[in-house]
Amino acid sequence: MPRLTRYLPHVILTLGACVMLLPFYWMVLTAIRAPAEIFNISLWPIPETFSAGRNFAKVGERVPMGRFMLNGVIVCGGILLVQVLTAVPAAYALAKLKFPGRNLMLALVIAALCVPMQALALPLFVGLAKAHLLNTYFALMAPFFLSVFAIFLFRQSFRSYPDEIIEAARLDGFSEMEICWGLVLRASLPALAAFAIFSVVAHWNDLYWPLIVVRDTALAPPPLGMLYFSDAESGADYGALMAGATLVTAPMVICFLLARRQFIAGITMTGVK
Amino acid sequence: MQPNVEMPPRTPDANSPALHLQGIGKSFGGSTVLKGIDLSVKQGEFLSLVGMSGCGKSTLLRIIAGLETPDCGSLSIEGRDVTDVDPSDRNLAMVFQSYALYPHMTVRQNIATPLRMRRLSQAARLPVLGRLLGARGPELREIDAAVCAAAEVLQITPLLERRPAQLSGGQRQRVALARALVRDPVAFLMDEPLSNLDAKLRAHMRDELAALHAKLGTTFIYVTHDQIEAMTMSDRIALMEGGTIAQLGTPAQLYETPANLTVARFIGTPQMNLLPVEVDAGGSVNLQGRATGMHTSRSRGPAVLGLRAEDLHPDPEGWGAQVARIEQHGADRFVTLDMPQAEGGRIIMRQYAGAQNAAPGDTMAWSFAHARAHLFDADGNRRALHQRDQVAA
Repeated sequence: MPRLTRYLPHVILTLGACVMLLPFYWMVLTAIRAPAEIFNISLWPIPETFSAGRNFAKVGERVPMGRFMLNGVIVCGGILLVQVLTAVPAAYALAKLKFPGRNLMLALVIAALCVPMQALALPLFVGLAKAHLLNTYFALMAPFFLSVFAIFLFRQSFRSYPDEIIEAARLDGFSEMEICWGLVLRASLPALAAFAIFSVVAHWNDLYWPLIVVRDTALAPPPLGMLYFSDAESGADYGALMAGATLVTAPMVICFLLARRQFIAGITMTGVK
Repeated sequence: MQPNVEMPPRTPDANSPALHLQGIGKSFGGSTVLKGIDLSVKQGEFLSLVGMSGCGKSTLLRIIAGLETPDCGSLSIEGRDVTDVDPSDRNLAMVFQSYALYPHMTVRQNIATPLRMRRLSQAARLPVLGRLLGARGPELREIDAAVCAAAEVLQITPLLERRPAQLSGGQRQRVALARALVRDPVAFLMDEPLSNLDAKLRAHMRDELAALHAKLGTTFIYVTHDQIEAMTMSDRIALMEGGTIAQLGTPAQLYETPANLTVARFIGTPQMNLLPVEVDAGGSVNLQGRATGMHTSRSRGPAVLGLRAEDLHPDPEGWGAQVARIEQHGADRFVTLDMPQAEGGRIIMRQYAGAQNAAPGDTMAWSFAHARAHLFDADGNRRALHQRDQVAA
């Protein structure tokens, strides 16, 4: 009986994980199956005809996947860089500096967390169009430069930094920026890793905004590229499509696996204490 | 103050105060924390700020350090007005209660930091670029020599390559002191530096701090709520209460002539016995309706008589009370007597262990050394007390 109660949570979690992972498993499975087997509902991992080569080769020859990946890296990297550059000082100010209106600012940050991207899409689109900035990397990145989520996440993390160390640093002659980047952020690296994963995953996988502001295939990030690809193929070649999807998903999974420990530490650290 | 204390070589004029505070006031939100503090700290002095928590002592120290801005008043260090000067430009070193060591740096880097920040330019401090820029070799060698010297003084040389997380509380305390010491400050500010240590280590560090002060001859400003720390180490004590200084004086002055009830209650272990007395029209002080043989010059009314435990003695002619408890302390013992009207409902008498023993439940008559009694008026301020024969003069 005690053995059962010990393992039961694991059994339930494993079942839940299987449900979550099934679509990804199916994606990989389809990517290595021959077109004839696509609608076979068997989950057996070894296909009758192993067609991974054909499917991935098709992606390689029909689609500029390298270009899409590079676009994804540029857009995600640019967004993350500016988000961190703006959010860290803001979060430091909200967490550790005393100034009039601080609580109001924090309330605004929390309120802004509630505004969905879709609500802002139209004004942003019109603004970018008037500025003749559509079809640029800038248009893909600009709406995400200021992340209130990042400000909130870092603020929660920075709050636990001991005030006395900050005061000692002020007495030693550190500037506020040196304290912010050199001491406080350094102690919050797990939060930075967690945020980086959130941000990169969200923007790597984003289809909505690129679909609105980009028409040029050369600028398309991976999901939009995949969309062009499926259009071109009139959606019939599922094997090749899933091979493409597997390629698009892989970097994120690898990223997560590499930063898994920091990511989990970051989430638990900034969560409800 | 010891007459042979070495004055810091930096001092231009040894007679000018190291620190001078005038009319310092501070309030947070609606509550006033400091009400016009005037204080002058002499060169090389060990001054303690003591008081209960919330008395404003830490706020005062933080204002001196520059971590808080006073609402009013001015502060000067060695004659220079620094009221609006940045904390880092005041040349003060602070030791915090939690030691506040930089967690990602080794002990060596921690101690070097105040000097690196002062001697190297902002560009030269950058992690990689600074090395490329070069031209900081001589400074780095000087800094390293200063770090080694400070580590030597505090005997932490073997710990230099460790990180703060790998050190015990006492070791962190030493590193924090070394980091303060290395910058050769005008004054050390210490905010309850011993309160995180266990009792034995605290007593040991008390000795070390006093020795360090004697060796360096630098001004120390020391905040504590522990009167024993203040009494044992200080040249002078400023006892604070409710945002004002209740009394400023040497430990002996505070013990022998407390200026008011706050000081009387705070200084001394066990606490001073406080008994309500009545002053009659002739100025005679009466305890429980009986003349004590003491006189005071001012008007009649209720007052409080303060008697230290060591000034009480058994006296068959004295006041009767029941023995509640006897506490043996080796060389002497504390006899607790029930006195419902006294503050705390009891008085404590200190006796030598060799004195005739009583048992709990016995009745004991006691009296006190007249010359060492204290009288406080209804407002809690000290009042002059004379023995009968002196009044006639």
